[in-house]
Amino acid sequence: MARFFARIRMIAAAFGLLIVIIGPASSPVFAQVDPNASAVQEKQLLDKLKTIQGLGTIPDTKSYVLEHPAGRDWQYFHNVTLRWIAAIAILGFLAVLVIFYLVRGSVKLESGFSGRKIVRFNWFERAVHWMTAVCFIILGFTGLNITFGRPLLLPLLGAEQFTAWSEWAKYAHNYLSFPFTIGVVLIALMWIAGNIPNSTDIEWLKQGGGIVGDRHPAADRFNAGQKLVYWVVVIGGGLVAITGYMLMFPFYGTTIDNMQNAQMVHGVTAALFIAFMLGHIYIGTIGMEGAFEAMGEGTVDVNWAKEHHSLWLEKETERTGRPASAIPAE
Amino acid sequence: MARMKFLCDADRCIECNACVTACKNEHEVPWGINRRRVVTLSDGKPGERSISMACMHCTDAPCAAVCPANCFYTTADAVVLHSKDLCIGCGYCFYACPFGAPQYPKVGNFGSRGKMDKCTYCAGGPEPDGSKAQYEKYGANRLAEGKLPLCAEMCSTKSLLAGDGEVIAQIYKERVSRRGYGSGAWGWQTAYGETIAT
Repeated sequence: MARFFARIRMIAAAFGLLIVIIGPASSPVFAQVDPNASAVQEKQLLDKLKTIQGLGTIPDTKSYVLEHPAGRDWQYFHNVTLRWIAAIAILGFLAVLVIFYLVRGSVKLESGFSGRKIVRFNWFERAVHWMTAVCFIILGFTGLNITFGRPLLLPLLGAEQFTAWSEWAKYAHNYLSFPFTIGVVLIALMWIAGNIPNSTDIEWLKQGGGIVGDRHPAADRFNAGQKLVYWVVVIGGGLVAITGYMLMFPFYGTTIDNMQNAQMVHGVTAALFIAFMLGHIYIGTIGMEGAFEAMGEGTVDVNWAKEHHSLWLEKETERTGRPASAIPAE
Repeated sequence: MARMKFLCDADRCIECNACVTACKNEHEVPWGINRRRVVTLSDGKPGERSISMACMHCTDAPCAAVCPANCFYTTADAVVLHSKDLCIGCGYCFYACPFGAPQYPKVGNFGSRGKMDKCTYCAGGPEPDGSKAQYEKYGANRLAEGKLPLCAEMCSTKSLLAGDGEVIAQIYKERVSRRGYGSGAWGWQTAYGETIAT
């Protein structure tokens, strides 16, 4: 019996020794398990993808984006960059026009008004022009309100009035975009034939278009300057329309990045567009004698046509088979 | 004054979505709008983590900076709130927000999105505290009653913390040092320009 207990003691001692030997070697295996070793890390995800996207349990899939710090860059563009670009472009060009007017003055009709008229734009062309123009002016002011309203208009109107105005401005901006876009498309189609650049334009540009200096270079229905206006309207108008609709229909196949970029293109294009159109308005009104009636009444004085669009006048006279004087003055 | 913040301990979040439900119920948030949501990263893979996210009430909040109508304001507790009376529903705050917090009752109805809605840190809006108008527009104002946001208060694992930034950062630090790991304060660098050293 004693021998049996001695044997038990020996076995127990052997196990004890075994535990002492193996024990310390096996326990660090548990300590090494780091529950975070393979876990997703915020900084790594942001550095790699600039955005952190996962999965959620609500139907709104765009809420599965956890974090998207790019908004901070867009904020800087919206509050600083765009304001500078727009202010310099619009006020700068306005200043140039004022100085130009003071130095050069209006482009006079040298041979005076003959009293004989020739049709330049028919009723449809004028209707499309003025529809687009009215929309453009309203879109321009309501758009500038989004960028400059808060620093300039809000202190004058007060918070409630400014919100009331801005809300209507936003509706006007959204809904008038449709007639504006239709106008741009119609302008693009109905005037494309006369606006393809050709060799006449080079000569016209060399002579400063008659705006700088007193010469009257030959021009067809549209001179190089007017062709430039056409292409600015078609390309600029197209760009603001496309980017505008991207913003008006959020998440229709677009992401936040797409919309931020769309807003940047929209803002810069619109600012340059407005600045450029100031030049168009200038030359069509106070900048040139006899120019406004082309789009106002649809007819121009024959002498005006002779001085500014000689090639067009020749063709028109040929086409109608009668001298321009056949259209009586009122 | 306290500087109120949210902190989601991703190592504790079990994606139960109780914070989401509590928020919707407390404020009677309309259909389609979730002021708080839980996003799961690497779902079903090793290292999966879930994070409860809402408006983080950023320092120099981008939404407030870009708002054309200047409808945002920051309270003395550094909570970013907005006035639904001044909001024109343009959507710019959503472009600027790093956390996708602003939402609109109407999505893409010719851009007339309606008045923006977002997490108020259970602190209401500009109307008098506890008024019916405030409740109808922004939901409950728990902060005015001396209570913290409900989402964090009823979090079953105490993963979501709300309160003064320094206090919750200290709680988180102690947790991390005791258990030996922590995946960090998600969103803090983006929202507050600082993170918690652990």
